[in-house]
Amino acid sequence: MIGGNVVKIHPSEITPEHIYLSRRRFLKGAAALAAATLAVAACGPEGSGPTAAPTAGPGLVSPSLPAPSAETDELGAALTSYEAITNYNNFYEFTTSKERVADLAKDFRTSPWEVQVGGLAGKPRVFGLEDLLEFEQEERIYRLRCVEAWSMVIPWVGFPLRRLLEEVEPLSGAQYVRFETLVDPEQMPGQERASFSWPYVEGLRLDEAMHDLTLLATGIYGKSLLPQNGAPVRLVVPWKYGFKSIKSIVKIDLVEEMPVSFWMASAPHEYGFYATVNPEVNHPRWSQATERRIGESGRMETLPFNGYAEEVAHLYEGMDLSQWY
Amino acid sequence: MVLGPWWRKNWLRVVVHAAAWVPLVWLAAQYAQGAFLVDPVREMTTFTGKTALILLVLSLACTPISTVTGLKMVVRVRRALGLYALLYASVHFAIFIGLDYGFDLGLLGEAIFEQRFVIVGFAAGVILLLLGITSTRGWQRRLRRNWKRLHRLVYVAAVLAVAHFLWLTKDPQEPLRYAALVAGLLLLRLPPVRRAASRLRRRLASRLERKERREPEAVTAPR
Ligand code: HEM
Repeated sequence: MIGGNVVKIHPSEITPEHIYLSRRRFLKGAAALAAATLAVAACGPEGSGPTAAPTAGPGLVSPSLPAPSAETDELGAALTSYEAITNYNNFYEFTTSKERVADLAKDFRTSPWEVQVGGLAGKPRVFGLEDLLEFEQEERIYRLRCVEAWSMVIPWVGFPLRRLLEEVEPLSGAQYVRFETLVDPEQMPGQERASFSWPYVEGLRLDEAMHDLTLLATGIYGKSLLPQNGAPVRLVVPWKYGFKSIKSIVKIDLVEEMPVSFWMASAPHEYGFYATVNPEVNHPRWSQATERRIGESGRMETLPFNGYAEEVAHLYEGMDLSQWY
Repeated sequence: MVLGPWWRKNWLRVVVHAAAWVPLVWLAAQYAQGAFLVDPVREMTTFTGKTALILLVLSLACTPISTVTGLKMVVRVRRALGLYALLYASVHFAIFIGLDYGFDLGLLGEAIFEQRFVIVGFAAGVILLLLGITSTRGWQRRLRRNWKRLHRLVYVAAVLAVAHFLWLTKDPQEPLRYAALVAGLLLLRLPPVRRAASRLRRRLASRLERKERREPEAVTAPR
């Protein structure tokens, strides 16, 4: 990808730089990203690591982001394999069996796709998928911590939600953002189960939604999202449990009141609105102290705010997070 | 096919003993092949847990089935089914402490005793172990009447195992099915229900007999 006189370096030799670059990237945003991509591109062949994405399958989200630019997150944890990420999914719209989502979702239609963005907005608007891809796409390597105490490290592609919200101009009354997943039981057989109340709804406080880490994702490993991962567009909020990161979004509303999420409605004593990753606040029925990193053996300790405390802890100053779980 | 007298009496036992090993062999083969792609620990934990629960429920079903059908050989596999439930629960526990927690005692204390769903699963496992140890003829003789009382704890183990399943999942649909099964089996143990069941059997049996006398070939004809 770069001229022939580049010395080939084994990936393990350049890991420290990767870590450094990936930390910088999510702290400094797009500018650092461009530099990181270039620097890494100059270092070696793309996708040479053990976690390289398969070549067949969905197309690239953006020609400038062909593959993960690093092999680890900023803490040095290895990326989870593409195979694992795309075959182990909690997506109750299809089934409650994590291993079966990929198969049941394979014919899910993601195009054409529209996302209605409105509510308390000065310029409400419907965004087609093409419009969403017009926003400059960048890579973000995030840890994903499921409330079931397993986790992955995922190289997302997408753009900060903030940029979309700024486009529709939130009005002063807007305090929260409410998201909705598509309802289509014909394509999503899990929605025929009446024991849950569809659509899947999630919400963020406006300042959480405007935070630079909060991403609207359109891809993984440089490729367009597959249906089982929430195609064509989903939320990623890395410091909260995975269920907050709502998939296959069709509606985003700026609202005044705190939305009632899918899980809050289904088990109010177990799932709250904030759902920040917190090893000190257990789920009523199980511990959140440790987690199993998919692809690795044994357990690791769960970090406060999933390791993003430095960036987000200030959002919750003065709040008792064991109350606001 | 004509079976010898030993086979006619014992075929169910042979089937149970052969079938009970199938899940374990299958699990070992899958593990050896690396067939559990993404989260082998979880897949193996849930697989062995589910097998233990199914065997436990089957063992509980033996007495009612034999009450209703009058087939004595069903009761004769009850103990084996219970012991196989203990076997799978032990493998389940071994995976939990070994593969999942890497024998890390610091983590395990909290993992077992501070998670509601594990406490009840653990209690169920302890009961199964106790019943397994005392399942021999020797213990039966030693404990006399108390043996029967002690072994009624198997219902407590079943209820705890179902609670364990209910409390570990976000989706109660499947554990609720097991809850209904166990509740039904418990109901069948209540003396009035039990008497009604054996009356029903006797009535069925005598009707069958009468029918047989009147029209012998009709019994085997499809209904
Ligand atoms: C001895 C202590 C026990 C421990 C520490 C234990 C622990 C666990 C754990 C960690 C899970 C998996 C949770 C998950 O990741 O989904 C589980 C699932 C399960 N366990 Fe246990 N367990 C114990 C005893 C038992 C016993 C005695 C039974 C039944 C007789 C049992 C039946 C089950 C069942 C049915 C499941 C769920 C399977 C599924 O999700 O499909 N467990 N147990």
